[in-house]
Amino acid sequence: MQQILFFFIRNKNFLLFILLFSISIFLTVQSHSYHKNKFVNSSNYVIGSFYDLKSSITSYFSLKKQNTILIEENNRIRKKIEFYKNKFSHYEVDTASINSKYYFYHAKVINNSYSKTKNNLTINKGTNDSLKIDLGVVTSKGIVGIVDNISKKYATIQSILNTNSQINAKLKKSKHFGSLIWNTVDPNIVQLIDIPRLAPVTIGDTIVTGGKSTIFPEGILIGTVKNFKMTEDKNSKYLNIQLFNDMTNLEHVYLINNIDANEIINLEKEIKDVE
Amino acid sequence: MLNNLIFVNIARFILLVIVQVLLLNQINLFGYINPYLYILFIIIYPFSANKSLLIFLSFLLGLFVDFFSDSGGIHAAASVFIAFIRPFVLKYSFGISYEYNTIKISNEDYLKQIIYVGSMVFFHHFILFALEIFNVNHFLLFLNSILFSSIFSIIIILCIITLFSKK
Repeated sequence: MQQILFFFIRNKNFLLFILLFSISIFLTVQSHSYHKNKFVNSSNYVIGSFYDLKSSITSYFSLKKQNTILIEENNRIRKKIEFYKNKFSHYEVDTASINSKYYFYHAKVINNSYSKTKNNLTINKGTNDSLKIDLGVVTSKGIVGIVDNISKKYATIQSILNTNSQINAKLKKSKHFGSLIWNTVDPNIVQLIDIPRLAPVTIGDTIVTGGKSTIFPEGILIGTVKNFKMTEDKNSKYLNIQLFNDMTNLEHVYLINNIDANEIINLEKEIKDVE
Repeated sequence: MLNNLIFVNIARFILLVIVQVLLLNQINLFGYINPYLYILFIIIYPFSANKSLLIFLSFLLGLFVDFFSDSGGIHAAASVFIAFIRPFVLKYSFGISYEYNTIKISNEDYLKQIIYVGSMVFFHHFILFALEIFNVNHFLLFLNSILFSSIFSIIIILCIITLFSKK
């Protein structure tokens, strides 16, 4: 008996260590299995309120990360909307299985110009993220441009504030088509030309993408009519469009991939060849 | 004097837990690298003090960090482990005489400090990540985490020791 007692006293550190270490391991293993009441967690009152206090201070620091999460969420929702537009058949939770005609990616703008005449943006994604040339680029507020150069990790976007840019757009109300160009004067105002003379236009009308190209889906927001005038030859109208987007502070953008684009382009090419 | 020592250690305990969970756990350098400063408590706990008490306090210390980081008992296990092996590490870092001389870490030369702090940090991180990752498929992540977190932790701990030493 005395022997045993001495053994315990002599090895008390080791035994204490083994005991506490086993408890720790037990807690660890317990935390790995789901549906079990866990003892060690941060949802109890003391630690919960401590974190609550902390969060009220530090939530600002994680804004960046939160933004990314929200963008991913938006991405998902956009895809779903597109899916519901096409057919109302059944509900899918997993966005990977949705047969939308459009895929959405998101990227971050790492360089942006708006003071030149041929403006471009650079984003932090490229072919590694399955982007390709001629994808449409938008933000949650409206249109940004089209991908025109691409490397493995980065891509440049031809901004709508580029004199080479010519995008199909229409009046949302009357569905009259025109081309969207930029006269290089103001980075927040673009021009819509070739609107038929008889098209009814009022100041404040919404302009959206036309859906006649394979790049942008129909109905992406662009801006509102600021003012308009007849062209010299009285055949069409010339509209100044106030953009919804602030092109000077873009950060997170979405890219739109039309899955059927190649098919449509090939088909149109065949017809041209026949002509 | 003794009361003062107890008070200092309690204050250090609380302060280190708060700094660890509020500040250092949020760093996530390159996505996964965090320093674990709280083991400084175990590292600079008085060398001649009761060893059983240290093991128990280390368990509490790790458990507190676990509570805040929802990690089961991994910090507790790692802390208890280094508290237990501390006498051996002290022996090979500072020589057999550490028990009889009341040495202060900050007064020792840098090589000995680095060996001592480095070994403690390494053993702690080894147990910590072994329990946390716990998967052979992520062996590379395991090695990466140990390596980079250890470097990060060692640098911070040595800085703190140097900064707060009373010379």
